Amino acid sequence: MDITRFISTHRKLLLVGVPFLIILVFLATLPLYGGFYYTRLLTTILMYVVLSVSWAMFSGFTGYMSLAPAAFFGVGIYTMGFLQNTLPFPVIIPIGGLLSFLLALLVGLVTLRLRGIYFTIFTFGLVVFMSEVVAALESDLFGRVGQHINPLPNETIFYAMLVTAVATVFAIYFIRRSRLGLAMLSIGGNEEAAAHMGVNTTRVKVLTFAISAAFMGLAGVIMAPVKVYIDPRIAFSLSYSFMPILMSVFGGMGQFYGPVVGAIIFAYLEKTLRGQFPQYFMLGFGIILILVILFLPNGIAGLVSKVQDKLGGVIAKLRKGGEAEQHANT
Amino acid sequence: MSELPRLIVSGILTGSIYGLLAMGLSLQYGVARVLNIAHGELVMVGAILTYTLYTGFGINPLVAAAIIGPLLFGLGFLLQITLFRGLKAWAPSQAAFEGNALLASFGLLYVISYIALLEFGAWPRRYDYLNYVVEFAGMTLRFNRIVTFAVAVVIGVAVYLFLTRSRLGRAIRATAEDPATAGLMGVNVNMVLALCFGLGALLAGVAGSLISIINPVGTTMGFRNTVIALIVVVLGGLGSIPGSFIAGIIIGIVSSLVTGYWQPVFVVPVYFGILMVLLLARPAGILGKK
Amino acid sequence: MRILEGQGVTKYFGGLAAVSNMDFHVDQGEIVGLIGPNGAGKTTLFNLISAALPLSSGEIRFKGQKLNGLKPHQICKMGVSRTFQETKIFGNMPVFQNVLVGAFFGSPNRVPAEDAAREVTQALEFVELSAMSATPVKDLTLVNQKRVEVARALATKPELLLLDELMAGLNFTEISEAMELVIKIRDTGITIFMVEHVMKAIMGICERIMALHHGEKIAEGTCQEIACNKTVIDVYLGEETHAGS
Repeated sequence: MDITRFISTHRKLLLVGVPFLIILVFLATLPLYGGFYYTRLLTTILMYVVLSVSWAMFSGFTGYMSLAPAAFFGVGIYTMGFLQNTLPFPVIIPIGGLLSFLLALLVGLVTLRLRGIYFTIFTFGLVVFMSEVVAALESDLFGRVGQHINPLPNETIFYAMLVTAVATVFAIYFIRRSRLGLAMLSIGGNEEAAAHMGVNTTRVKVLTFAISAAFMGLAGVIMAPVKVYIDPRIAFSLSYSFMPILMSVFGGMGQFYGPVVGAIIFAYLEKTLRGQFPQYFMLGFGIILILVILFLPNGIAGLVSKVQDKLGGVIAKLRKGGEAEQHANT
Repeated sequence: MSELPRLIVSGILTGSIYGLLAMGLSLQYGVARVLNIAHGELVMVGAILTYTLYTGFGINPLVAAAIIGPLLFGLGFLLQITLFRGLKAWAPSQAAFEGNALLASFGLLYVISYIALLEFGAWPRRYDYLNYVVEFAGMTLRFNRIVTFAVAVVIGVAVYLFLTRSRLGRAIRATAEDPATAGLMGVNVNMVLALCFGLGALLAGVAGSLISIINPVGTTMGFRNTVIALIVVVLGGLGSIPGSFIAGIIIGIVSSLVTGYWQPVFVVPVYFGILMVLLLARPAGILGKK
Repeated sequence: MRILEGQGVTKYFGGLAAVSNMDFHVDQGEIVGLIGPNGAGKTTLFNLISAALPLSSGEIRFKGQKLNGLKPHQICKMGVSRTFQETKIFGNMPVFQNVLVGAFFGSPNRVPAEDAAREVTQALEFVELSAMSATPVKDLTLVNQKRVEVARALATKPELLLLDELMAGLNFTEISEAMELVIKIRDTGITIFMVEHVMKAIMGICERIMALHHGEKIAEGTCQEIACNKTVIDVYLGEETHAGS
């Protein structure tokens, strides 16, 4: 096939795909020249990409606010904690994902049949619940709370997180365009109407919730060796629910790149500000969340869409103006 | 088995405060339709302020509560007329408003708790007020817990009477039922929403004051109290004031029994077990309406 | 053939019976109207048929099959579809996607993407909305939003279509167009059961009418019979008298 032909027919795919591949190559080779600090930084950023994209995958489409990411993330962390000496790392990762999946399935089946507010309350409490259950288990089984995680090579952790992040982004991209995505959006649009048009709303909600939880569990397993020491308070810290939400809302949930952009910005800010202004930056984030919800509820992506629409309108007007001139001159 | 009566009484004493905690949240959601997950932070603020007033200025905690209540009422009132009213105006639908309000309160949670952290520091503190034991029906109880119980009950009953007997109370219940119709009947809906939010904050602050009398206070106590309040509210039925109080007592008793016969670590898991069973069987709660 | 049947259908809200011991039936190919003053129980009955609400007692059967205990999405896949009094469109999507939901999920079998897309195009042509298929539904006028609701319901390939106050809020011309649309739908073989307040529409297109009052069926018959029925007239005029005094 002629190369120019190829480019013009697949223009849209190339426009997104080529930069994406370049970024991917750049990231994949990072450990070679990036050094410890940057590899760690990118690992954290990618973790937040996974968390915010998987949060948006469910809550962004269906409108059901889940506050549970910290619970599923923590399950992943502790899966690594309990299994680190019995199984190899690549095996523990999917197990963490599976356990989170099952937990979300259970929670979803109980609460997603009900009004959204009960679901939200339950997910909020789930974080505390898991924290307490794990603490109880640890004190029963080991007589103490908290444990050390064996360190792993920096590159291994990085690549594992990179693969997971790419998988998560692909997942949301394809789900959005799939039947499941349409069903979720219809639930977000008007749940009763969706049910009357044949959508099995409970099944769709529970399934998507569980899938998104699985990704969070994967991220948890992978991050555990970075933390070196874990206890229920660290593993199930509420900020792992707060940050993904802040990132998704700020970035905008209307487009799939919104949560990614939000994750990059705030993960970077968190890492850099934590050293200099330890308490103030969280205060700042809280204020930012409130301001974003008040003034920019569709996030950056929403703003971009609006600008695109306006630009499109202006361009169309200019074109029409040009045509009118042509007609006038002939 | 002579433990049992003492545990139950102890549970009732604690539960009365839980009830107060939940009443505030129930009011805020039932009327203003805001699920305020920063509720626990307001409790923490009430507790910390009471501590400061008592240890710093020698002000009796119960008197401090009378000061903190109106103060937090003002704060809640202001929050509603600025933040939440703004959200309501911009939101495309009721569901979107509730979702956004929830997220905004999440932001508020961090703002309040970190301001407190910066001002007060991370270490828990406690003070002693009326901290001596008395004999009652053959049980030894701390006097301060009896006092806090009495205050909680008085306030709870007062709020209940206010909502059911007064004109303003009727306006509030009408707004909770159907804001549009209430507006048509002459109720200043915006004012009612702000009042309820303020009242909810007041109850949170006062509950915090009472808690500070019997427990240590710290800037991280907010989250836990929010969770308890949420569990009680769901158990009692979202939006039902008497339900919240009764459920608070029940949860208090459960907490006491689990701590006494088992271990404190299992308290929250047990709450959750109860909650899950309840949501499966009767999601509207004990006295709630769907 | 009786495509829809109800026996002893009752629904209580607290102590109040919104629908009380009602027997009714709809024959295949009919256009049946359901009238009654506000609060008579008309939408409640529709909600019972589509399983938006559970029955307190009684039975509803569609093509001989009991509908008790089924969920709305199952009933939809069986061949019953509906529109809503307050147009429940999917505000976050364009017209095409709204109808696509019906096309994909309304049928009991898995629908391939091209077939679904074709369904949507046909449904939009049927309701004369093809020009707007990319417009976000929230930007449409009321009558066009109602058209989207109808197209969406049609995309689920129903045998029975429940129309809840389709004409509400429409002007004179729009009502005539809607009436034509309803007849066009029936002519494709779909049975229609419609709740309506607009008398012109009911009298104009319904072959049979049921009248409800306080949850009970007070009359049933042809347009002529209903128009002359003393009980019905009393109920409606009685309303007007109260309103006047």
